[in-house]
Amino acid sequence: MRPRDERGAPVDGAPVDGASVDGAAERVLALWSPDWPVTAAALGAHVPAHRPAAVLHANRVLACSATARAHGVRRGLRRRDAQARCPELAVLASDPERDARLFEPVVVAVEELAPGVEIVRPGLLALPAKGPVGWFGGEREAAERLIDQVAARTGVECQTGFADGLFAAVLAARRGLGVELGRSREFLAPLGVEELDREPDVDRAELVDLLRRLGLRSLGAFAGLAPADVASRFGADAVLAHRLARGLDPRPPVRRRPPEELAVELELDPPVDRVDAAAFAARALAERLHTTLAGHALSCTRLGVWARTESGEELLRIWRCAEPLTPSGTVDRVRWQLDSWLTRGGSGAVVRLRLTPEETVTAGALQMGLWGEVGESDERAGRALVRVQALLGPEAVVTAVLTGGRDPGERVRLVPWGDDRAAGSGSAGPGDLTGAPAPEPIGLGGHLRADPGVPVRPLRVVPSAAEPDARVHRPGTAGRGPVRPDDDHRPAGAGNARAAEIPQPAEIPQRVGTPQPPETPQRAGAPQRAGAPQPPEALQSSQPSSIRRPTRSRPLRTPKAAKDPVPAWPGRLPAPSPATVPPEPLPVELLGVDGRPVGLRALDLLDSEPHLLVLAGHPGRELSAWAGPWPLQQRWWAGGAHTEVRIQVVLADGAALLLVHREGRWWVTGIYD
Amino acid sequence: MKGAVGDATSRLELARGLLRRMEDRSDRSDAVRPAPIGPGEDTGGDVLPVAAPLRPLLPADGLRRGSSVSVASGTGSTSLLFGLLTEASAQGMWAGVVGVPGLGAVAAAEAGIRLERLALVPRPGGDLVAVVLALLDGMDLVVVAGAQRAGLRGQDRQRLAARARQRGAVLLALGAWPGADVELGCSEVRWSGAGRGAGRLCSRQVVVRSGGRGGAGVGRRAEVLLPGRNGAIGVPAAVPVPVAPGHEDTRVAVG
Repeated sequence: MRPRDERGAPVDGAPVDGASVDGAAERVLALWSPDWPVTAAALGAHVPAHRPAAVLHANRVLACSATARAHGVRRGLRRRDAQARCPELAVLASDPERDARLFEPVVVAVEELAPGVEIVRPGLLALPAKGPVGWFGGEREAAERLIDQVAARTGVECQTGFADGLFAAVLAARRGLGVELGRSREFLAPLGVEELDREPDVDRAELVDLLRRLGLRSLGAFAGLAPADVASRFGADAVLAHRLARGLDPRPPVRRRPPEELAVELELDPPVDRVDAAAFAARALAERLHTTLAGHALSCTRLGVWARTESGEELLRIWRCAEPLTPSGTVDRVRWQLDSWLTRGGSGAVVRLRLTPEETVTAGALQMGLWGEVGESDERAGRALVRVQALLGPEAVVTAVLTGGRDPGERVRLVPWGDDRAAGSGSAGPGDLTGAPAPEPIGLGGHLRADPGVPVRPLRVVPSAAEPDARVHRPGTAGRGPVRPDDDHRPAGAGNARAAEIPQPAEIPQRVGTPQPPETPQRAGAPQRAGAPQPPEALQSSQPSSIRRPTRSRPLRTPKAAKDPVPAWPGRLPAPSPATVPPEPLPVELLGVDGRPVGLRALDLLDSEPHLLVLAGHPGRELSAWAGPWPLQQRWWAGGAHTEVRIQVVLADGAALLLVHREGRWWVTGIYD
Repeated sequence: MKGAVGDATSRLELARGLLRRMEDRSDRSDAVRPAPIGPGEDTGGDVLPVAAPLRPLLPADGLRRGSSVSVASGTGSTSLLFGLLTEASAQGMWAGVVGVPGLGAVAAAEAGIRLERLALVPRPGGDLVAVVLALLDGMDLVVVAGAQRAGLRGQDRQRLAARARQRGAVLLALGAWPGADVELGCSEVRWSGAGRGAGRLCSRQVVVRSGGRGGAGVGRRAEVLLPGRNGAIGVPAAVPVPVAPGHEDTRVAVG
């Protein structure tokens, strides 16, 4: 195979790629394939080119083909509306990895003719115009050759644009234009400000909206503002946008090529030939890169991904990014790149991987806005957290996401800062297509139990369990239906470990013995929330997880998207939950009045009344109240089934604990602190 | 000297009034909004809201930016902390919690805290001061726990408090924090709902007392459900059960 192009040897401190010192942008050739997500998805799904197609994400049209557009399909349209306008529409799922993988042949085709190709994103690449223009004797000629080359090699249609600076070049490519040297600003002036918000990676909707409301409808009007005014009123991102609107390079010309030692390298032994394994390696490498960069107070804006294969071939690809890369953004790009190299095949497994920050900017050098709220506090908080991550490591800063589960401990997933909070919860929550709350394949208990306090007993799938069973009486919930929180419980059998024996409500035996559809147990666990609206279930079940978008680099700017799902798990403890959940359960002893340890006579029956709680090394503390026990049988169908029994105890000094009986003893799994 | 200061403030007032009138006229008050004024200059409008039941306990009916608040460790401390964070979190403020490895996120969510804006640093190790300093730069509220365990000295505490003042953040300490502006603590804890083998824990009534330096709410107390039903903070029913000093007896009566 062809060896990849190697960029010129880096020179410390030298301006990059002929970017002149006054900040005027270099001449850029942008090559853009319209509607790339659709093109890639259609290629992948073998949809013929004449059939209208659209890529949907979260039930909205993300991109559509020209034929679909002719039928009235537009970006942002709901699936149903799009299909109503165009019944024969091929609906395709969004998949950034596929987009990146299928774009690789296009890049290779361009690279045969011109060096220094950078991928801006799948579907759009940029290269310095000087080389091809000089070689082919003119911009028009160069454009023709490149378009022909791509069409001949890959069958992909694309357009080119020439201008000073990437931003103008991309806009020119969308229009198939060549902007004359030095006239980018004039070219940009009549265009609307919404052109600033075209990059999928950067969310400038608020800025564009604000500008429009201020009466600045064109890029020219926006460019007419004084830079100092923009900086002081609209925030850091607006400064970049303003530079773009003026036809300048988005970043001030102080950027410098970082010294070589910032590159991080990894020997892969054994050689990696699978994408997931490569992505795993890439993760560690990206974290190392970002630690190094953070140590130098730099962020990376252009990333070089370099790999050596078993056959000795060296592969290099440069990704340019609209905003400084986050660790997860880096991982994404490395994964996409490795994916396309590995699936292309022919060069064998990767034995060595190196990430080079090709271009860096000083981290946080741009001052935040004095006015407005362009996600300012989020950015500020994000930066603080990244700094803590640099101190302690990326895993040290986490946010919590609620997931399915029955115990306070297992209902929380801690996500390292910067990772996608939604990832995983798609399969963990009831967002599954089936609506089943199954965090793992075996998550849906056969022995489902309702909330403690709700008169539902363990369901057993064995038929005999359908018969009345003497053991199922629930102290404290004796036939009164759902327990109201403020009820003062004085069951008939108070003081007796076995409270009054009252038959189960009639509905329960009906459930027993038949494997339940997922919805039924959910409802069964719900009576306590019966008065409350139940939007979570309805919302979540309507969202198939398969088209959920994978990680992007901004996990936080989207409070709307970051709703914490609260799946209804039968058998989970109702609110209030313990405010402290010990990372490791603490073993304790529970003693009866006679000083003997309290055990279980049956799953839902203690063998004596608990009186004293002893934590190893501490004097015993007297109990003043207790509730339960509530058995929980999970995963009985898998080997190593374990049954847990939970009780809540209130100590005489006011402390309340959640205890679990497991492996023959009691553990503190929650402190109502 | 004094006259000059007064002049400056009146001019500031004048300028603000003008700005407000212009905004009203253009009916675009949401388009441009003055950023919060730095602490130290004017703390009048710079109070982070807290849940209603806790308001009477705090000097400015909320958490003044730049101040430090300590929550005495013991029963109810974590829930009280959640109560302090809830309202600010619901309004989109950021909170960081340092040194609480066993934070019950479910309880936090039930209390009304938005988990996506609650950053946890469970094990800061020996870098506690550095971590808290970093977080004070970016967060509105920073909770520090385990200061004693980490061997925090008075000097470090002063440094953190000074950074909080400078950045307009609120420093909340779980456990003793000499020099805190406000000190809160729970006492007279009474659980309801659980009997002897019956019911379940439903709510907890506590008496929260506040004290602190200066006249900052010395000796104020409030009866609060912490947590109430559904896990959120609440106020006890209109006819409160008298809190007997021997509160153990009342609990036995519950059972």
